[in-house]
Amino acid sequence: MTAVDAGERTGAAALTATGVRYAIGGRTVLDGVDVSAAPGETVGLVGPNGSGKTTFLRCVYGTVRPSAGRVELDGVDAAGLTVRQRARRIAVVAQDAGVAAGLTVREVTAMGRGPHKRFWEQDGPDDLRRVERALTEVDAGHLADRAFTELSGGERQRVLIARALVQDPGLLALDEPTNHLDVRHQLEILSLVRRLGTTNVLVLHDLNLAAAYCDRLHVLDGGRVVASGTPAEVVTAGLLAEVYGVPARVEPHPVTGAPHVLYLPLP
Amino acid sequence: MTAPATAAEARRAPARSAARLPLTLAVLTLALLAAAVAGLALGPVRIPPGEVLDIVVRGERLGAYASIVWDVRMPRVLLAVLVGAGLALTGTVLQALVRNPLADPFLMGASSGASSGAVLVIVLGIGTGALGAVALPAAAFAGSMAALVTVYALARRGGSMTTGRLVLAGVAVQYILQAFTSLVLVVAAEAEHVRQVMFWTLGGLGGARWDELAVPALVLVAGTAVLLALARPLDLLLAGEEGAHTLGLDPGRFRAWAFVLVSLVVGVLVAYSGAIGFVGLMVPHAARMVVGAAHRRLLPVAALGGAVFLLLADLVARTAAAPEEIPVGVVTALVGGPFFLWLLRRSRRTEEIA
Repeated sequence: MTAVDAGERTGAAALTATGVRYAIGGRTVLDGVDVSAAPGETVGLVGPNGSGKTTFLRCVYGTVRPSAGRVELDGVDAAGLTVRQRARRIAVVAQDAGVAAGLTVREVTAMGRGPHKRFWEQDGPDDLRRVERALTEVDAGHLADRAFTELSGGERQRVLIARALVQDPGLLALDEPTNHLDVRHQLEILSLVRRLGTTNVLVLHDLNLAAAYCDRLHVLDGGRVVASGTPAEVVTAGLLAEVYGVPARVEPHPVTGAPHVLYLPLP
Repeated sequence: MTAPATAAEARRAPARSAARLPLTLAVLTLALLAAAVAGLALGPVRIPPGEVLDIVVRGERLGAYASIVWDVRMPRVLLAVLVGAGLALTGTVLQALVRNPLADPFLMGASSGASSGAVLVIVLGIGTGALGAVALPAAAFAGSMAALVTVYALARRGGSMTTGRLVLAGVAVQYILQAFTSLVLVVAAEAEHVRQVMFWTLGGLGGARWDELAVPALVLVAGTAVLLALARPLDLLLAGEEGAHTLGLDPGRFRAWAFVLVSLVVGVLVAYSGAIGFVGLMVPHAARMVVGAAHRRLLPVAALGGAVFLLLADLVARTAAAPEEIPVGVVTALVGGPFFLWLLRRSRRTEEIA
């Protein structure tokens, strides 16, 4: 795996979301969410099902328009960006993102050049070089000529991350990137994401993974942020009882020192 | 990591398909030339292919054979090429736009809508003369657009179309429009209305004349150029509605413009050839099996393939039951209908764009 060549990449972006609200059909999904990520930081969004994590992430990458509040990228209001402009700053690895059959891995990855090209432009040598480099970076260079739909879940996820890298984004938004992956692939994907040098905002379900791989965590519950801080500050037995309603002990991981949750049987 | 499990998968492996593009284009070009020579040679008067080549290459204008080749058969061959390529291209584009492999200008009502528009203009008496040259294609365009938007609005589910709704909405709209076309022609007591009805609902290339080729040729060349240039956004749509959005394409806006463009091409083609079905359904599929789903390769292959297919279908239409001529839409439906049923059966199992 080659080292990250940050030379041609735009710098990592700063994300500041303040008071983000979203309501649909009379139901408030997000109720004033404040989330920030400093350039280069890896920030995790955790919380129970239906707490609004995915909806918040979609507000950040713009497929959902918040009913109130602001999402700023490097101090610029994201609501004022065109779809193209936004796609040059934010790349997304969505949950269960499918691609129709009949495309090679190289072609799927090259889609990431879309926001940088006029629609009639062909990919040039520079674009192809970026595609090859991104594939190498996620250790998928050998898959370039394979059909995307033939890949395993872990391979697909790596290719979708390569596609996001080809977008040359300042911010990478990932919605449960480890979903459906075995433990080896989960660790691989998350350490890969950390190595990229982008600002990363991830929705994660597994609190131990979130604590091990994120610089800071925001805990959402019922559309609100109920805790923010470093994993050690946030992941506590009290929080688990309050937010998830599960009894647990939290101990420092014997090797990494990150907080580690040991779930206890329900009483 | 396993090798493709079945021969079918191996066949569809797009990597090998990518390498096949130049070969495919070469084979199709040769097939197009061969089909064109056959189209010029065969008919009530059989002209030896050598003679045909002689006449075409040397630009021979005199003699009975030359007159048949240049004045009778050449415009028809050219119209078949233009219409076949146009229908296959618009079919390819529609399949990507609604993300459903069963989309096609005919099944989505666009062709029937164009027929209705054209017939209305003819019956109202503004379809002739200098005005007609504009009014006829314009009405066909409007009809095509209206039908397409109606079917899309009825069948859409957030940018995609479920196969069931697409087929139901498409067939219903198509039948209503065909009934309307027939009604208008019969009520207006158009001379030979039975033949007219057949032309507008099943298509026919028999009316091809040199002085009428300019408009479809122009629209098709311009439309093809633009549609070929849409390869990138069409590929982005393969990533899904949200995927396209996060890759910098506004799918709603793009789809709206593309619908206008498709309606324009379909409208003009139908104004000169009637509503010919299944070309836009079958050819893109065959092309996808050979060169994969990337539109940069798919669009040119589909265009060439459509030209060859309609040229051959028209050849069958005018020679199989000679001296009677079968409407070319009957031939394409006899081939395409069973193909459509096969696709329908397959899509029930996979529900994805093949």
